[in-house]
Amino acid sequence: MDIKTLAQKIDSDKKLVSGHRTCAGCAIPIIVRTILSATDNFLVAANSTGCMEVTTTIYPYTSWNIPWIHNAFENVAATLSGIEGAFKALRKKGKIDKEIKFVAFGGDGGLYDIGLQSLSGALERGHNCLYVCYNNEAYQNTGGQRSSGTSKGSITTTTPKGKKEARKDLMRIVLAHHIDYAAQAAVHNILDLYQKAEKAFNAKGPSFLNVLSPCTLNWGFMPNSTIKISKLAADTCFWPLYEVEKGKYKLNYNPFKKLPLEEFFKLQKRFSYLLKPENKNFLNEIQNEVDDNWEELLKKSG
Amino acid sequence: MKNLNKNKYQALIGGHAAAEAMRQINPEVVAAYPITPQTPIIEKFAEFAADKKVDTEFICAESEHSALSATVGASAAGVRAMTATSSQGLALMNEILSVASGLRLPIVMPMVNRALSAPINIHCDHSDSMSARDLGWIQIFCETAQEVYEYTFFALKLAEKVLLPAMVMQDGFSTSHNVEPVKIYPDKIIKKFIGQYKPKYSLLDIKKPITVGPLVLPDYYFEIKYQEIEAMEEARKVYLETGKELKKITGNNYPYFEKYKLDDAEAAIVVSSSSAGTAKAVIDKLRKEGKKVGLLKPILFRPFPQKEIRESLKNLKIIAVLDRSVSFGGEAPLFSEIKNSLYPLDKKPLLQSYVFGLGGRDLFEQEVEEVFEELLKNKTGQVKYIGLRK
Repeated sequence: MDIKTLAQKIDSDKKLVSGHRTCAGCAIPIIVRTILSATDNFLVAANSTGCMEVTTTIYPYTSWNIPWIHNAFENVAATLSGIEGAFKALRKKGKIDKEIKFVAFGGDGGLYDIGLQSLSGALERGHNCLYVCYNNEAYQNTGGQRSSGTSKGSITTTTPKGKKEARKDLMRIVLAHHIDYAAQAAVHNILDLYQKAEKAFNAKGPSFLNVLSPCTLNWGFMPNSTIKISKLAADTCFWPLYEVEKGKYKLNYNPFKKLPLEEFFKLQKRFSYLLKPENKNFLNEIQNEVDDNWEELLKKSG
Repeated sequence: MKNLNKNKYQALIGGHAAAEAMRQINPEVVAAYPITPQTPIIEKFAEFAADKKVDTEFICAESEHSALSATVGASAAGVRAMTATSSQGLALMNEILSVASGLRLPIVMPMVNRALSAPINIHCDHSDSMSARDLGWIQIFCETAQEVYEYTFFALKLAEKVLLPAMVMQDGFSTSHNVEPVKIYPDKIIKKFIGQYKPKYSLLDIKKPITVGPLVLPDYYFEIKYQEIEAMEEARKVYLETGKELKKITGNNYPYFEKYKLDDAEAAIVVSSSSAGTAKAVIDKLRKEGKKVGLLKPILFRPFPQKEIRESLKNLKIIAVLDRSVSFGGEAPLFSEIKNSLYPLDKKPLLQSYVFGLGGRDLFEQEVEEVFEELLKNKTGQVKYIGLRK
């Protein structure tokens, strides 16, 4: 599929419609609509507490044209597993004959942190569900506090001097559950995201997508720069695009010219302090870690 | 009624009595996590599922929080969904208890009462379910395994009519692990009693997509919670109607509370669950001695039948309320309810609060007899702690 056809397909997909109240420049609706358009089956969606939940369902309005549920913050995976269980039971009884796909959306707070156990339990039990992390690298809905998905160096409202710890590698944790498909994607490359969502929906058993979702408000960049920021995350190898199918790693994007982190950092308030001369050592430390992770990924993907 | 001939008694522990009712309900989804002393319920039910005696998708969740969360998901998907727990498990579910009631999902949960940590203790008291009394669940306390069995499908019918979740309590070990003869009614009759489940809304009704659990701000939240208040009020009426229907099958009554030799009594004890049995034995003995003593055993705790309890207690001289839990820094939960119920009376009976049996300490007949002896002196005072070493 070429990008134009895909754009038309996403545009004609009305599962999540306009009128929601995400910030101008928010990546979440683009990510979600791309993923939702990647299956022609009926879909049921579940959402953990977070930006996406509060902006799309302010009562008595809803932006959802598919069945959707929000239960609480840490339990989107468990909630969806119950729905999938109900589906299986009804299908066994012959009360449902159609195929239905199940997708859970959570932020990094909802899946890296408070909902990790629920996600792990659901992955281990093997429900036929897709779990998507729209990863905006902090608790952006509550004002931008650090999560375990926040990158080293990032200023958040609870790490005012910059986070000292490296972010958790959720992909490796998810893959330790022996699932058939997991991938990392980002909002600037919707063709890649769409193809990954298609594979994830068609995978046997659970699947997982970790999608970088730049946050204009708390990363501190202009609303018209979302796509540019996301692309720089990939071009600096800060956020590599890759997938793991049945244990086999595949790199989906290898930048023609790998850019230094400064190019990505200088456009965001959360990182720009790192460009000051007195922070040179810390910046180098972060650059070295990004380089090491990239090298390791190159090796894994052969 | 000729079907009743097929009724048979089984020797069941309370946990298995709950599981037997669940087998007859045959819910589409059961999601559970093991905790002593709830384990006999889910182990027995897992057997039923493995032996295909039920059509249930049995989800072995990785925590009680996830167990109830999955149950909420399944119930919102328009099927019958159940779970079961105790103590710390209920405490871990706490957050989702109000989600289940707020989303108006008729989930039924057998609850085996056990003390809350710390110190950790696996034995019975009522601190777990009392800590959940204000979260919008119907709460039913059972004395015997027979009551556990009957009130489990009773609660399902009630919950589905008023769209509120219900927990059906039994005492940890004293009921959950003790064998009693339980009269089991034929599957066909119970299935007919509970009927087909026809939810108004379902997440799996893909032609009619619904948004469940949206963000509700100050402009609507209050009205939505008021609907829940009304539903709980409605539950009072539906409880009695459900009881009348079930009586046609079992011949038993399903009152808000049981009165035992209460009508002409001068002194009475109020105590729920298995300890009521101990109180009855003592009352029988004291009655033979000519003492006018009786018992009121609360069954329905939420909604609390204040008016009816007031009517039943108004002519007593003195009442002792025996609580198997405390409210630190306040009056014990059951005592507080009874006291509130009596408030409108011009001439109020005297009231004495007792706390007993925390962490599974036994309540002996001798101790109940002493309570009655103290009552018959017509004196009341500060809260007393039965069997406490000082």
